[in-house]
Amino acid sequence: MNWSEFFAMKGYAWYIWGSYGMALLIFIIEIVMVRHRKMLTLQQLQLMRNAEDDMT
Amino acid sequence: MNKLSLIGLLSLVIRRDLVLAMRRRADVLTTLIFFVIVVSLFPLGVGPEIDMLRKMAPGVVWVAALLASMLSLGRMFSADYLDGTLEQMMLVPQSLSVLVLAKILAHWMVSGLPLVIMAPVLGLQFDMPAQALWVLIAALLLGTPILSMIGAVGAALTLGLRGGGALVSLLVLPLCIPVLVFGAGAVEAVVSGTNVSSHLSLLGALLVMALVFTPWVTALALRISME
Amino acid sequence: MAINWFKYSSPSTFYGVAGKMVPWFAWSAAILFVAGLYISFFVAPTDVQQSEAYRIMFIHVPASILSMFIYLVMAGYAALGLIFNTRLSSMMASALAPTGALLAFLSLWTGALWGKPMWGAWWVWDARLTSELILLFLYLGFIALHASIDDPRRADRASALLAIIGSVNVPIIYFSVQWWNTLHQGASVKFTGTSMHVAMQQGMYTMMLAVWLYAIAVSLLRVRCIILERECKAQWVSELVEVRR
Repeated sequence: MNWSEFFAMKGYAWYIWGSYGMALLIFIIEIVMVRHRKMLTLQQLQLMRNAEDDMT
Repeated sequence: MNKLSLIGLLSLVIRRDLVLAMRRRADVLTTLIFFVIVVSLFPLGVGPEIDMLRKMAPGVVWVAALLASMLSLGRMFSADYLDGTLEQMMLVPQSLSVLVLAKILAHWMVSGLPLVIMAPVLGLQFDMPAQALWVLIAALLLGTPILSMIGAVGAALTLGLRGGGALVSLLVLPLCIPVLVFGAGAVEAVVSGTNVSSHLSLLGALLVMALVFTPWVTALALRISME
Repeated sequence: MAINWFKYSSPSTFYGVAGKMVPWFAWSAAILFVAGLYISFFVAPTDVQQSEAYRIMFIHVPASILSMFIYLVMAGYAALGLIFNTRLSSMMASALAPTGALLAFLSLWTGALWGKPMWGAWWVWDARLTSELILLFLYLGFIALHASIDDPRRADRASALLAIIGSVNVPIIYFSVQWWNTLHQGASVKFTGTSMHVAMQQGMYTMMLAVWLYAIAVSLLRVRCIILERECKAQWVSELVEVRR
């Protein structure tokens, strides 16, 4: 079996790769968003901490 | 003040809410007019072929009733919340669930019952047969109280939140799907000549279940929102 | 050996534990994804009836099952939080919600892409599809309610109540939709036709486990963020290495 035949999926390529592509997209978006949220939270905490340090 | 019996309390709160609603008749009318307008818009949207309209009628009336009952949910607790009455109600020695039940019943009388009375007239617009109109009334009589009860939970959860109106619809509408299915199904059953009573009994079962659980859940939700 | 489980229910302890667990779950999920995809595309044979299109099943079925399962787990955590007032379980519930909603969406998407070649329509009003759509609505309601309440304690408790009502309602909704579907003689779609080939089963279970582990990993990551946001005033947070930098 060669690769182009594999990717053609006997004519169902759009449906199959559309499904798995969306799955991949969703997983990537979710991970990126969680990491972004963590970064924002940590930044916020660092800002708060720096502000406290400045006061004392 | 002498201690009120449960029935006394129930009727007291219902009478109070009805009087308050009658002071602001415009609000009651708005819901009703909304219902009429939504139902009347459908033929304009899909065309005047009477066969298709006859087929759509149960669904259209039910969906419009569902949407109209969403409109008035925001008012169920908000006025009492804003003027502090709700806080006083929580201190009443009797159970809060009974008070909530009374408020739900009053809300249904003001915003549900007019829909039930208006629905047959709208059914005529869609050329529904007389028998179907009776079933429509019966189904709405069983169904609209459930909508008020489920709606009460949503109204209690979103008490005092910004954007409450859209939010409460988002929470409540998915939960109302069984009512819609059985309610519209009953009317369709009579049109297509199949068994009506199974739909109505299922609606009745839902009503009993909602009657048992929702006042208690709503009271719980009110306590969460008020603390 | 008795483990003091309550020790792990304090956010400060769990933050560290979760941080240590995430890589394990994430890497095993990644390995299982690779293995599962290999089985699904190279080992599992072509289906007699559906040709290659059935391979969508390997992502569709895990996504659907997990989206339902996560809702139940979420409602369970929410109930724990409501009854025992444990903050961590409420945080867990709100960490699970977005993952569950995304999986529900993925299930609908893959279902549509599977439906088009098989039934000739992107969407049919089948009982299962409709229930999955309503499940997505329930997730969205939970997330929207939680997001619109500023006070975190009230947000937790209100959305917990909503999740519990939702999980009680799901069987009723499913039954009513099924009833409605049989009445209207809708598209009678059966996924389970012939018995599945062993390799197909293996592929599906591997993918299911992979998605499961992924969901655990990503919700642990998210709960760590939520813990930090909620506990930002606490002493232990300001002593964390990540924050001190």
